[in-house]
Amino acid sequence: MKVELNGHGVDVREGATVADLVDRAGAAAGTKGVAVAVDGEVVPRSAWEATRVAAGQGDEESEAMQGG
Amino acid sequence: MTEIENTTAAFVLGGREWRSRLIVGTGGFRSLDEMERALEAAGTEIVTVAMRRVDPLAKGSIIEALDRLGVEVLPNTAACYTARDAVRTAQLAREALGTDWIKLEVIGDDRTLFPDAVELVRAAEELIADGFVVLPYTNDDPILARRLEEIGCAAVMPLGSPIGSGMGIRNPYNLAIIVEQAGVPVILDAGIGTPSDAALAMELGCDGVLLASSIFRAADPVAMAGAMRKAVEAGFEARGAGRIPRRLHATPSTPDEGLANLG
Repeated sequence: MKVELNGHGVDVREGATVADLVDRAGAAAGTKGVAVAVDGEVVPRSAWEATRVAAGQGDEESEAMQGG
Repeated sequence: MTEIENTTAAFVLGGREWRSRLIVGTGGFRSLDEMERALEAAGTEIVTVAMRRVDPLAKGSIIEALDRLGVEVLPNTAACYTARDAVRTAQLAREALGTDWIKLEVIGDDRTLFPDAVELVRAAEELIADGFVVLPYTNDDPILARRLEEIGCAAVMPLGSPIGSGMGIRNPYNLAIIVEQAGVPVILDAGIGTPSDAALAMELGCDGVLLASSIFRAADPVAMAGAMRKAVEAGFEARGAGRIPRRLHATPSTPDEGLANLG
């Protein structure tokens, strides 16, 4: 199925979880310092494994970057 | 002995005591290595970071670098133009970094980067209700600063001049009024160009200074970071020491009694 990962359409298996998408996003420090929002709602780290994404959902993964 | 301000008074922000009154933004350093050296030279204990989409091509992690330095990470909502975006960004930052501190920026337009007062107050109210420690970047407007304090912000952070402009403190009189009335720390945020600007902010009574561009865009950021550290300390100590009043005419520092008659 297709979901949006940080604004790009990607194919993931049915039943993929937020944790799967975090792996896929490939942050330099692994999952440390990463936060996820699905369709605008923050998904707490403790719920990543259990939260499945549905086709068409938008998954935004953010991390700390240099900034004033 | 004349009464002077206690220059050893602790700097308390967000319920914690800090030795350094200089907060440094991490945006724009040419490398993480340069950033680490500059932050060390600045002697800062609190640094700001932005939240952006995960970039798999990013070289190194800023969080690991900041962990090594042992500094407190203060996420910001830079580049947010609405209360809604700022609140979402703050929530992501809290989840990502495990802190309820947020440097709240809600920008009005990209030409001035001045705060949007209406959206700023709206976002601050929402975040405070959600348990955040809100440190708002605000205009040099005493009334807005008072409103932000009244709704529960942990500090007010007025600009000296536009972000990255290096124009220093364009309205020291407004800043003095903000300081005079504030019951929370006042941190000069934005516009510092050179150490004398930072010293002036402290002399005017600010509790701290937040800067970034003036260090990272300097020809030698590490040397400038050290200079800023001294400027903030000097300005703070000078304020406590009590400056002499300004006068139009001279006042001799040497008495003229006993002067030899040289005919």
